[in-house]
Amino acid sequence: MNQTLAAGKSFGTATTGKLAMWLFLVMDALTFITILIGGIALRNAAPSWPQADVILNVPLTAFNTFLLICTSFTMVMALNGVQRNDQKSLVKYLGLTILGGVVFLGIQVYEYYHFIAGNESLGAALSASGFSGDKFLPSTGMYGAVFYTTTSFHGLHVLSGVIYLFVIFLQAKNGIYGSDNFDRVEIAGLFWHFVDLIWILVFTIIYLL
Amino acid sequence: MSTDHHKESFWTKYIFSTDHKIIGIQYGITSLVWLLFGFTLMMIMRYQLAYPESPVPFIGSLLGDGGILPSEMYNSLGAMHGTIMIFLGVVPLAFGAFGNYFVPLQIGAIDMAFPKLNAASYWMYFMGSVVMAIGFFVPGGAANSGWTSYPPLADVATMGQTVWLWGMVLLITSSLLGSVNILVTVIQLRTEGMTWMKLPIFVWTQFITAFLLLLAFPPLEAAGVLQLMDRLAGTSFFMPSGLVVSGEVLTNAGGGSPLLWQHLFWFLAHPEVYVLILPAFGIITEIIANNTRKPIWGYKALVYAMIFLGFMSFIVWAHHMYITGMGTTIGAFFQTTTMIISIPSVVILTALLLSLWGGSIRFNTPMLFALGFIPMFGIGGLTGLPLGLAASDIHLHDTYYVIGHFHYVVAPGTIFALFAGIYYWFPKMTGKKTNETLGKLHFFFSFIFMNGVFMPMFVQGLAGVSRRLWDGGEIYAHAADVLYLNEVMSVSAWLLGLAQIFFIVNMIVSLRGKKTAEVNPWDATTIEWTDTTSPPLGHGNFETVPSVYRGPYEYSVPGADKDFTPQSEKG
Ligand code: HEM
Ligand SMILES: [Cu+2]
Repeated sequence: MNQTLAAGKSFGTATTGKLAMWLFLVMDALTFITILIGGIALRNAAPSWPQADVILNVPLTAFNTFLLICTSFTMVMALNGVQRNDQKSLVKYLGLTILGGVVFLGIQVYEYYHFIAGNESLGAALSASGFSGDKFLPSTGMYGAVFYTTTSFHGLHVLSGVIYLFVIFLQAKNGIYGSDNFDRVEIAGLFWHFVDLIWILVFTIIYLL
Repeated sequence: MSTDHHKESFWTKYIFSTDHKIIGIQYGITSLVWLLFGFTLMMIMRYQLAYPESPVPFIGSLLGDGGILPSEMYNSLGAMHGTIMIFLGVVPLAFGAFGNYFVPLQIGAIDMAFPKLNAASYWMYFMGSVVMAIGFFVPGGAANSGWTSYPPLADVATMGQTVWLWGMVLLITSSLLGSVNILVTVIQLRTEGMTWMKLPIFVWTQFITAFLLLLAFPPLEAAGVLQLMDRLAGTSFFMPSGLVVSGEVLTNAGGGSPLLWQHLFWFLAHPEVYVLILPAFGIITEIIANNTRKPIWGYKALVYAMIFLGFMSFIVWAHHMYITGMGTTIGAFFQTTTMIISIPSVVILTALLLSLWGGSIRFNTPMLFALGFIPMFGIGGLTGLPLGLAASDIHLHDTYYVIGHFHYVVAPGTIFALFAGIYYWFPKMTGKKTNETLGKLHFFFSFIFMNGVFMPMFVQGLAGVSRRLWDGGEIYAHAADVLYLNEVMSVSAWLLGLAQIFFIVNMIVSLRGKKTAEVNPWDATTIEWTDTTSPPLGHGNFETVPSVYRGPYEYSVPGADKDFTPQSEKG
């Protein structure tokens, strides 16, 4: 028996799988929005809030943001490749997307490590913002709480995205996708673009405002 | 195509199946066991309430010194009763079991849209329930801050609270996967001719329920993550500054907002009450139409009322928070929305009542439970109105009146509807008939004792007795006059427990019995009765997937040769 009777059916222009992904993204977006709005509410209620660029390394993260935007571009290229039945370009661009995601995570881990290990200049930045000690931790005021919760929750999404794309990548290397069968590549792409989009919100709210 | 002939092992057929019917039954059995367990916790607590500080018989030695239920454990059992009844019992039974089994059958689909995802959501639910059970064995016992888990208490509570949060994360994820699956199934897999306005009301209720779950759970999931961070990573999202616990000033950073949790929690938990009641409406509607032998009164009104109910349920949540010191403007807003949301409920109840009018009613077991549901839900709903108005809620908040109110909705309300559904669809699921005598005894005794448990709660609550009291109010002068009711309620609860033996015996005897059911024993019109292979159903559900030509409740159509005209009959 056919697993999904619905394989051929579509809702408007969306296939069954895509519809499910859209619904999933609605709920995931609501989760993020709750965390972001909660953070903003707590920030407005706080007596003081540090200037964004005192503790955080804004240029490094700006680079990370740029990197993630590039991976959205490579994801589009991968889809474009498979739609033209160009297997090589599909595999290449999927690979590049995954690589970008891994580097993004690496930079985030480096950033966390730097904060948690602590050092003198960080200590100076912290005391300029009214915190004690030379480590920046989740328990460093509401500021640390909001920073770590928001960025790590997003980081988990990047990690899931990388794993998800890796599965698609392996399947693509086996040549199961082609110009008549690329729905799943497109669906994975939706998730990836969503994670990028959310990052732009996170970056703006946490690092710029 | 409908019958696979290759041999399947026990494990692939019954345990790791992806067939929506098997998954529905897995949900059903697991949730019934949890319902019984959650009820047992309450029967233990009711002993302490009726006879404070005397040793509990039979199981006392498991509880504490001298067999007396300790107050900390009372808190644990209470919190777990609420959590288990809602998240491990009623929702998985109403949405997981009934939704899985009957939505595909009623819309003419051979399975859910994503069978593997479906199995994954069951197993996620199963793991969540195991995690909840583990809570009882960690130091300090299971979660003890109420099912609402209000911080700052929950933030500083014993380890059980962390286990509770992990359990909730699994249960929420399971519900979300399940709701995506139901939504896509209903949108994409309806058979030819099954237009939206020909859907059985049951399918509508499951569809709206899935939307509520999808939109309401994310904020709670986020809130759960924040509370986990507070407990594990040292953040203070919900911890105000300068908190003193047991005489010690806490050293956490502070600056957090306990009220933020309440907002996020009730943003989920109000829609959640409609998750508890909508599937019940669906089941009741099917059974009433079938047993009055006439079309349901106001099909369209029902559908629109339910959709409206779904929308409104997202903007009433702060009626649970009138005493948190919100301003009068916000208070006025939530009082208004709360009064407005009672209108669709009244429309639904009215439509059901009018459907009875002039019908030639068959009083079988499912119908008795359905008829019991209507006044019980009515009492639950009407007693909610004073809670929706700030002036009266200030007196009633956190008293036994509230406990009485929502139990009328969920216990003699939803639980009766779920029993009705089990009796109604049992022949379809098993191919066997249930015993009517046992079923009627089950109904009458349950009906009496349900009221025996919950009616006195209104009296106690109006007298000002608080909920969540270990001694049942013994030390309060204002409770003295109504204290005798504690024994009435407890005895009723234990007898209610005994009455469930009729149900359990009925299930076992009927399953083992020889009385096989016909394909369509109730002479029903919807396609799960008229077009499926003979029960118990195999893979694929239908000999040939039927097309649909008419609405779901064409009973006693003038000029027809029988008093029901199936949806799949041309004409
Ligand atoms: C039919 C048997 C039931 C009985 C005898 C019963 C009894 C009670 C009692 C006496 C309380 C108050 C405990 C206290 O305040 O100390 C309570 C609380 C509660 N019950 Fe039930 N109940 C039953 C079924 C249900 C069902 C079916 C649900 C939900 C679907 C439910 C959900 C709750 C919740 C959420 C609470 C509040 C727990 C808390 O304070 O955190 N109960 N129950
Ligand atoms: Cu509410």
